[in-house]
Formats: sequence, structure tokens, C-alpha cells
Amino acid sequence: MSIKRREFLRLAGLSTLLGLGGKAAFELIAPGQLDAQTYAPESHALKAKRWAMVVDMRKLDEKTAAKCVQACHVAHNVPDIANPTTPAAAVSPEDQVRFRIKWLWTEDYHNAFPGEEHENVQEKLHHMKFLVLCNHCDNPPCVRVCPTQATFRRPDGMVMMDMHRCIGCRYCMAACPFGARSFNWKDPRPFIKNVNLEYPTREIGVVEKCTFCDERVSKGQMPACVEVSNGALTFGDLGDPKSKVRELLRANFTIRRKAHLGTLPQVYYIV
Amino acid sequence: MEHNGNYKNEFGWFADKPKVPRKLFHAKAVVGGLLIFLVLVTAPLWRNLGKVVPAPDPKLNTQAILALPEKDRVCVEDTAFMKANHMRLLVDWRDEVVRNGNRDYINSKGKRHLASLSNNCMECHSNKSQFCDQCHNYVAVAPNCWGCHWEKEKKQVAQTEAK
Repeated sequence: MSIKRREFLRLAGLSTLLGLGGKAAFELIAPGQLDAQTYAPESHALKAKRWAMVVDMRKLDEKTAAKCVQACHVAHNVPDIANPTTPAAAVSPEDQVRFRIKWLWTEDYHNAFPGEEHENVQEKLHHMKFLVLCNHCDNPPCVRVCPTQATFRRPDGMVMMDMHRCIGCRYCMAACPFGARSFNWKDPRPFIKNVNLEYPTREIGVVEKCTFCDERVSKGQMPACVEVSNGALTFGDLGDPKSKVRELLRANFTIRRKAHLGTLPQVYYIV
Repeated sequence: MEHNGNYKNEFGWFADKPKVPRKLFHAKAVVGGLLIFLVLVTAPLWRNLGKVVPAPDPKLNTQAILALPEKDRVCVEDTAFMKANHMRLLVDWRDEVVRNGNRDYINSKGKRHLASLSNNCMECHSNKSQFCDQCHNYVAVAPNCWGCHWEKEKKQVAQTEAK
């Protein structure tokens, strides 16, 4: 049986229509079926192209810094190795230094910004306690060396830890030029005084660090340290020209820790 | 001898197979040792012979569940799915939350749930020893969730200690 050109074109056209309309028809018959068993960010989650933090040292006194550290460490069940909850868990003074877990802590100018200091720097710099944390680098060396991709960079710039994947090899600690990563040499639970039951602890044998409070940001809250800092810390989106961090960076001279190493740190300091 | 008188070993040809007496040396010690070995190896079987291990009995009677009206007592998916797939679901939750930042799970009925073990599952199933451990102990699996995540039972202990 032969087929005329007209017949052929009509058939081809009809079947194309049917094919295109088929998927839409399924949607009409069973709406929402395709959306089921999926995942979405929480509805209040804060979104950004590039998260960053500005530390305004003019507003940050030692008391505020201590308050920020306290807020961070309580929120994330960060163990205080020097102060165990039971006397049996006590460690020797040198191990207290070695086993210390740091998410947010203070450093002197010459430690926080080595190479920037000289003999005749401003007197006030000698007395400043710089609040330091993970810099959530744009070019994070820790991520590059991690053999299991336990630490990774999110598209919004947060350098995250996946504790489930960490094998405790500590390559990331060797790679990080800021000392922002700490290894759990001991089970942290006996060293946590005020337990936050909403947030997990870590186990012996994993590396941990500041996560820019991803769990709070996903709920629409500011990071714990920013909230108690009385405006000394600002957290925001570098991708948004109208954001508070961009405003601060435009209006003030800022420095970054060890920027010459090329890790592109995203925590800025106004001195 | 069945063979034609030529026997070969690695040193060459021999007229006859070397004669070795067919005898079990130290028969008492060998047989005795074998018996002791057999008994030791099968000891767990003998010890549990006739014992009945109680079937797992996960309890659903926590206060949080009982406080709900009857029709709202549903998990994030139906019971059959949860029985078969809760481990897959939890692993998926883990990856979505930690790696993709998706903290809400939209279930097969289109309803949103917080994808969190400690802050969602354990709110209802606060009786880990009566719920999770029942089957896990029975089939001898030991999920390592609790090294980091708080269990509700320990939570309550910690809370009372804090007060």
C-alpha cells in the first residue's frame, strides 16, 4: 500500500501533537504526582549568591567577642576541652591546648595577620583581640585536598562539613592556612556543659569547623555570633550590591587574613 | 599392587610405591581433639537450643503519638513504606540536608516535613529503646546515628541534669 505525501504529513503532524501533549495530559490526570517524594529548602531560608562576613573591629570589644564565641559554641555543642563536666574526663594542660576545638576564637594582630605587622604599627593593634573563624574561602584548599569530599563548597559560598563522610585524615587541617579546623581527639560529649539538643555533637575522629551557621541561615536566622555581636559582625550577600556587607566594604578600608595565599577568604576586617 | 610396578615421584622412577602403613597415628589425641573442636564450634548452637528469641515489638505508644488524634497518627510515609525503606529515606534525608541544603521533605501526598532525625523523627518516636532498638537488636544491626545525634531518651536525661 502506498502512502500519499499529504497523508504522510498529516500522520506525522498528528503524532507530534500527541507526543507533545501527552506529558501535559498526564499532569492533568494525576496532578502533583511528579512533585512527590522530593526535597526543598525550608520556606524561610535565606538565600544568597555569595555569603560573606564583615568584622568591624571598631565596634568589637573583648566582652562582645567573648559573647560571640560563647553563643557559637553553645549553639553548636562545641566542647570545651579545658572544662570537662566530669573530673574523670580531665586532660593534662598541654593536651588541653592540643585537643582544643575552635569554631570562633580570638587572636592577636600578629597572629591573625602575620606578615602585615612591623615594628612601628599603631599602638591600638597590639591590644586588639581579632575574632577569627573559618574564612569560607572562594578557593578553599581544604576542599581541594579532602579525599572523600567530606568538606565541600556550596554554590552560595559556604564551605561545609559532612561529618558522615569525614574519615579523620586531617589533610584539610594541614591545608588550611588559618587553623580554622579542629580534630576531635576525644569524645566531645563529656566536655559540653550547656547542651543544645537541637544540634548534633561530633564523634571522636572527625574534623570540625565553623559552618557559617548553615542550620540557622536555612531557618531564616542570622548566624549565632552575628546575632549577639551588637552590630560588630555583619553577615550578608556579596552578590547583592545593596546588601549591608557590600555597603560596609564600599565605605571602609578592609583587610583579609593571609590574602596573599590566594585562597580568597571571605571574612573581611575593618580595623 | 594395581600398577605395573613403575611408580614415579619427583626423584625419578621406582619399582614399587613406598610402603606406608595405613594407620592413624596418635588416634586418641587426634580424634579427641577433633571432638573438642567440634563441640566448641557448635557450642553457640547447643546453648541456644530450644530457646525462643522474642519477636521484636516496636512500641508506638509515646506521649507525643498518643496526644495526636487517631487520624493524624501517620508517619511521613505510610507504615509499609517506612518498614521497608526507612533506612533509605534517612540516608536520602542526610544527603539532601547536608550536601544540598534541602531541609524539607515533600512526601508522596505532597505534604512538607522537616527532614531531621533528632528534631522530627525523635519528637514522636521518643522511645528509642522501645522503638528503634527493638528490631535493630533482633537483626543485629547497629546504626551509628547516635554517636552524634541526640536520642530523645538521653535528651530528657540531659535536660534534667542541666536543671
